[in-house]
Parts: sequence; C-alpha cells; structure tokens
Amino acid sequence: MVVDHLSATFAALSDPTRRLIVNRLTGGPATVHELAAPFSISQQAISKHLAYLKNARLIERQRDGRENFCALNPDAIREVAEWAEGYRRFWERNFQRLDVLLEEMKTRRGKARLGGNAARVAGASVGARVTKRQKQHTQKGKR
Amino acid sequence: MNYSETFKIEPSGEREIVMTRIFNATCDLVFDALTKPELVKRWLLGPPGWSMPVCEIDLKVGGKYRYVWRNEDGREMAMGGTYREIVRPDRIVNTERFDEAWYPGEALITTTLIEKDGNTTLRTTMLMESREARDEVLESGMESGVIASYDRLEEILSSQVAGKRNE
Repeated sequence: MVVDHLSATFAALSDPTRRLIVNRLTGGPATVHELAAPFSISQQAISKHLAYLKNARLIERQRDGRENFCALNPDAIREVAEWAEGYRRFWERNFQRLDVLLEEMKTRRGKARLGGNAARVAGASVGARVTKRQKQHTQKGKR
Repeated sequence: MNYSETFKIEPSGEREIVMTRIFNATCDLVFDALTKPELVKRWLLGPPGWSMPVCEIDLKVGGKYRYVWRNEDGREMAMGGTYREIVRPDRIVNTERFDEAWYPGEALITTTLIEKDGNTTLRTTMLMESREARDEVLESGMESGVIASYDRLEEILSSQVAGKRNE
C-alpha cells in the first residue's frame, strides 16, 4: 500500500508546477483561483494539475459555502516527508564522514607538497624515527 | 551555507532519484575518495554498527567493483556492479545490484563532480529499471519511522523548487 501511495505521490511531485502548488498549500488552504494566480497558464491547466494531485492523495478539495478550496492531505504529505528524512539521514551520515576524510586528505596532500624540506625541519622525533628505520634496515642486511 | 543548500534529494521523472551534495574540497580529491578502496572504506558505511570489510574496485571501463558490509551483530550485506564510463576527475557511470536485492533489477548510477571556487558538487543520479523498483527504494528509507513536521516538509519542497529554478 505504502509503495502504491508513494509511487503516485512521487509522480505527482516530479512536476515543478505541482511542487509549487503543494508548496503554496503548506501555507494553508487556497481557492483554485488563488492557486492559478502566480502562473501564466490557463485555469484549465491548473485544474488538471490539481486533479493529478488529488488522485495522488496529496490534496483534498473542500467546500466552504460557495467557495471551493484545496488543502494538503496530511497523511500523504507525512509519507513523503518520512521517506525523504530516512533516505537523507542515511546519506548525510556517510557524507559527514566523507567531509572529515577530505579534510584529512587536504592536510596530507599539503604536507606532501612541502616535500623534503618540511621533513628536515619537522624536528627530532621524525629524525629519530628515520634513524631507527635505517638501523633496522642495516640489521636486516647483516642477517 | 545551510543544510538544505548543500544537500538535496529529489525524484526526477518516474524512474530517477537525484542527489546533490557540496563538499569543501577539489574535484580530484572527491574523485579519489569515491574510487580508492582504502578511502571508500572509511566513509561509505551507513548507520552506526556497520563496517566495510570488503571493498574491491577495478577502476576501468568494464571493470567490476564489490562492496561487503558487516554489522556488529554478524549480519552482512553486499553489492557490486560494472563500470560503464570513467572520466577522471568528473564522471563515473556504473551499474549497481545488491546480492539480496531490495529492489528488482539493476540501477544505473551516474556520478558527476563539478568544481567551483574550491568546492565540489557531487551529483548522483540513480536510474531504476522500473518505477516499481524506484518506489521500493523510496519505501526502504521509511524504516526510520520518523514523523517529520510540516516545517521539515516545507524545507524539503522549497529546496526542490529552488533547485529547479537554478537548473
């Protein structure tokens, strides 16, 4: 069921005009006329978009006296928001680790660029390590 | 830069999911981080508790890659695919299939890297074999069971709208 709902929901949201309509409705219910106002397309075209959104359960039509209103359907909206949140969180965790790794790579590359001179001025500890390694190497050679 | 500006996920048509993320690093560094096994192992892990004991990458057209993840509780998950295009340092196209497929068939992943002012935009397009497959991927993200607020939705939608405008 959830899959059916989501497929209709995402098809409905794949269109920029329909996304703008949904975005507008997050501010509260609106009439067809109000929804059509920002667009340079016919009211008939807007009505088609609204029918699409209604089929996808993203919006509901409401009647108040003589006025016809459109409002968001909270359940469908919640499904989309939950999916987006879960997927986003999964990738954001990975990308935050990648941020850290890239910083480390930048630092390492910076040091490599400084090359031999940096190593020479890096101090006694590095020098000591090099000497130790050379000693080990020499010992291996003796064996 | 706020969160929604640096990271976006949006459906595109019936079979695609597009994800973009901006990194504060040059294109070639990001490319390395995406293609060198010793680097991939460090970040492509998902939720806490998972590690990546196997990461094999044969980076050439027709070459294969294989990733295996292992959870602390012993569960394993594996996927792999074939490279179709490699243009260092800004484009990779590869297939993707999970051993225990959680969606039918393969997906085709197109990754592009665009560097600007020292920042790199990573754009990943996931093209599913079918609309049903895409919806299963979308659904699997719902296990978290988070009840998102309307504010959150508005942010998501407005970031999508802003994204479209910038295209």
